[in-house]
Amino acid sequence: MTDDQIPSAYVRDKRTPAPSREELRARIPGWGVDLDPADRPSSPKLQYAPDSTGAHWDFPERQPGWEGRERSVEHAFVTPVFGTAQPLHGVSGAIRGYAYRRFSEARLAHWLLLVVGDRVDAGGAHLRSLVSRRPDVPATGLRSEVTAGGLSSRSGRSDRRHHVVDPLVAAGPWAAVAGAVTLGGRVLWRELSRRHR
Amino acid sequence: MRAMVYRGPYSVRVEDKPIPAIEHPNDAIVRVTLAAICGSDLHLYHGLLPDTRVGHTFGHEFVGVVEAVGPSVERLSVGDRVMVPFNISCGSCWFCARGLLSNCHNVNPNATAVGGIYGYSHTTGGYDGGQAEYVRVPFADVGPVPIPDWMHDEDAVLLTDAAATGYFGAQLGEIAEGDTVVVLGAGPVGLIAAQSSWLMGAGRVLVVDHIAERLAKAATMAHAETLDHDTVDDVVLELKRQTDFLGADVVIDAVGAEADGNLTQQLAGAKLKLQGGSATALNWAIDGVRKGGTVSVVGAYGPIPNAVKFGDALNKGLTLRMNQTPVKRQWPRMFEHVRNGHLTPRAMVTHRFPLEEIPEAYHVFSAKLDGCIKPLVVPGPA
Repeated sequence: MTDDQIPSAYVRDKRTPAPSREELRARIPGWGVDLDPADRPSSPKLQYAPDSTGAHWDFPERQPGWEGRERSVEHAFVTPVFGTAQPLHGVSGAIRGYAYRRFSEARLAHWLLLVVGDRVDAGGAHLRSLVSRRPDVPATGLRSEVTAGGLSSRSGRSDRRHHVVDPLVAAGPWAAVAGAVTLGGRVLWRELSRRHR
Repeated sequence: MRAMVYRGPYSVRVEDKPIPAIEHPNDAIVRVTLAAICGSDLHLYHGLLPDTRVGHTFGHEFVGVVEAVGPSVERLSVGDRVMVPFNISCGSCWFCARGLLSNCHNVNPNATAVGGIYGYSHTTGGYDGGQAEYVRVPFADVGPVPIPDWMHDEDAVLLTDAAATGYFGAQLGEIAEGDTVVVLGAGPVGLIAAQSSWLMGAGRVLVVDHIAERLAKAATMAHAETLDHDTVDDVVLELKRQTDFLGADVVIDAVGAEADGNLTQQLAGAKLKLQGGSATALNWAIDGVRKGGTVSVVGAYGPIPNAVKFGDALNKGLTLRMNQTPVKRQWPRMFEHVRNGHLTPRAMVTHRFPLEEIPEAYHVFSAKLDGCIKPLVVPGPA
């Protein structure tokens, strides 16, 4: 390797300088209009301008209904405004409520318990749906596999091997629960039959 | 009203729900006229974000018409056509007062580490989102603004998150004139990040993905060089080769938690949820940037720990910059860029689904079928 072939990383300057401003402006619409770092919207990061936000309060009026609502223990109180969608309920609510009361956001247990709550919530909803007029299925929107070219769209893509796992991830828990229910039912049936013999 | 609802991982449907009510004096109720599905909605859809409750309505990218306002609302009136930033912000807490509108401390009782977001689980405050006919918009005097007359609704809806996040991602990269910028991910955020990098003076922009139509869009819409990571054995090594062994000056992670490209990360993160998402793009960013360079992270990750190569970041002296986008702070300048044609958000829209077909929309977007780059959702009769 001759000296002038030594790559940029090993010498003082880049071997290939960037194209000129004129060249870039000719090729790229708007090149350089935000060139000055100090004149970009997020500069500086902390930009003290409390009068520009539209708020006309020092502290917002408190939304009613905060009593008993779950909150992170890292908050001093339930924030003055909050979402009221899907309040805690049932077993999943008890798990989630415990995660909020017992563990700060810094603790992995906080998040893992919330995930457990999610799965209990979804599992319960799926089970209840099976006795409704609108039973859940393991995955929705699959009609598009036919209408939107499921096979041709994936042709040549490396994520095909990941997609192969999807049916297992989506339907696996359903199969596991169905298996457990079948097995448990069998055991129970045998036990009851034995006692009545 | 009709609304998308979450039933569990991989399962959504449309249901009847009550029209939301004013719950705070500064609330507004907005009738949604156009919404979008964001790549980060897919994290919820796949069950990746803790405290995603059955019955939750997703959707943090939407525009609409003000249907009702609370008694303290001064800046909006019934009938106004508005675009609503995905952040819910009070405008008066320590963080909002300093421009960190995505880090508001007064709107999310469920967590302090993230602000309030519409339709993004209870970890961001438990607000139902905009993939519905109506949505509750808290702090109507702080977030929403009327859509300018000249602006196309499809540009407006993309400015509520995806486009603003791409533009913000380029700013986080602290791009200096002549820099080589690598954008990981040619989805909606990555495409706008690539366009924005030029506006900030990049000398070279290279976009990495593995979906052909997205890379083609990066070349035409963002005038970028492209790299299909399926065609190389080692992406980081290829980036080093393409930058004369220096590495990129700036790398922008516009992928986040569901990154392909590493089977172990994909399985552990995106599929089995053993970590807060697949950190493949983030690790490529850390290893692909030059020493002393900047990594900008606008791809979304969950709160559960990730397998990230932090030692490399330390040893290379990197600057890591990241945040959820303070959307409204970007708008005045972005409006100019859209009006001048320097940023072209709606060029990314590939699909428009009626609300009633939202299960198909989620599957098409998630599996990237039919060349889908950005799907919009239109409430109203199918």
